[in-house]
Amino acid sequence: MTSTNGSSVGTQRVKRGLAEMLKGGVIMDVVNAEQAKIAEDAGACAVMALERVPADIRRDGGVARMSDPEMIEGIKAAVTIPVMAKVRIGHFVEAQILEALGVDFIDESEVLTPADETHHIDKFGFTVPFVCGATNLGEALRRVSEGACMIRSKGEAGTGNIVEAVRHLRNIFGDIRKITQADNAELFQWAKTLQAPLGLVQEIAETGKFPVPIFCAGGIATPADAALAMQLGGEAVFVGSGIFKSDDPAPRAKAIVEATTHFRDAQVLARVSRGLGAPMTGIAMDEINGTQRFAERGW
Amino acid sequence: MNPVVGVLALQGAFAAHAECVASLGVSVREVRTPEQLEHVDALVMPGGESSTMSQLLLSSGLFDAIAERIASGMPAFGTCAGMILLASEVLDGRPDQRSFGAIDISVRRNAFGRQIDSFETAIDTPFGEFHGVFIRAPRIERTGAAVEVIGRLGDEPVLVRQGNVLAASFHPELAGDARLHEYFVTTMTTARKV
Repeated sequence: MTSTNGSSVGTQRVKRGLAEMLKGGVIMDVVNAEQAKIAEDAGACAVMALERVPADIRRDGGVARMSDPEMIEGIKAAVTIPVMAKVRIGHFVEAQILEALGVDFIDESEVLTPADETHHIDKFGFTVPFVCGATNLGEALRRVSEGACMIRSKGEAGTGNIVEAVRHLRNIFGDIRKITQADNAELFQWAKTLQAPLGLVQEIAETGKFPVPIFCAGGIATPADAALAMQLGGEAVFVGSGIFKSDDPAPRAKAIVEATTHFRDAQVLARVSRGLGAPMTGIAMDEINGTQRFAERGW
Repeated sequence: MNPVVGVLALQGAFAAHAECVASLGVSVREVRTPEQLEHVDALVMPGGESSTMSQLLLSSGLFDAIAERIASGMPAFGTCAGMILLASEVLDGRPDQRSFGAIDISVRRNAFGRQIDSFETAIDTPFGEFHGVFIRAPRIERTGAAVEVIGRLGDEPVLVRQGNVLAASFHPELAGDARLHEYFVTTMTTARKV
């Protein structure tokens, strides 16, 4: 979109640009203005405004939808850092509403109940950038082909269990490493196997990296979890239930921010991990049956 | 001896800056600790969240170390949040937000608006036309007498220099254009004599 004075808004470069600015940071789920202030005070680089954190969505059941605009506006007014919010997969009208509210990033999220079981949102039609979850490289590239400007692992949100996020990051970065070693003929096969556009597969082979930033989300509960995600190749982390479902959110939030910056420095990680009180209890994967696995939502 | 350029890597777009500097054939290091700062001759401060970086500067001990180095002449180049960190006055910042006061400008955080207002456009500079990418960008509302305005968007300054400090409200590192980094490295930076 170009204005009369020659400046353009909502270009891929401008949208991906905000994702670049969030690298090395922590994006925290918050449900009210008070939590948003705690997150900003702790050094969050952005907040995700939502009515219930994933652990509560999981507990309550029922249909989970976009949050009340009044609540999102309350959080926007409370902080100076970027504010993100979630829409249901395929629910482009919820996205139109969030764009009208002026949120800075939209998460088309499997944590909410999907609105469309075949299609994701056409994200090129929006000025606001989108982040989408992925469990593997094919899914990540399909989301980029629809206009996503940031990819995050899905993990298994609301469990406090990092195992699924680790699986997803290893899937994504492992296949990226293999593609950079592939010859031209093999790239056609990679595109078929991944069910992803050939052009994007060739771009990875050429540049050696994914076209947009890849962040980690789903199950981060401790500073060590955040540093693990970063050492595996994540470029920033989302922390959902892990902070405000713990015993003492403010110091834990600050510790996770420091761990994300100094993710290779074990001395710092040891220092910030001390005396944080109990993390969220967490759920083992075999305690969750198939229909309650958020990561399986998305196509 | 060739200079080593550091990129402050606490949070933000440090990777894109490091790529720009490396594309010039110049050695580049990420800086997260005072110890790492000792090994660089100049420092690039990237965009990101200035409130986050300001806190991490204090907890890492880098705030005082960087302030000392800049005062003793180390060249510094800040973009967007990095410019806010270098400014003498920050408007609409957090009350506890600190800045180095290394360049005599007043900047207003996020003054160009939220992300839906972020834009890219052409800027006139002595290096020729520059493609400016503005992301939730700060505005330079005042420049002191010692500050040289190098680039403007319409009437307002967006690229400024005072002595060893260069600051831009936009993101040259996102446009794949290393001319500003080249200016910073070749005309402002020399390796320290050991």
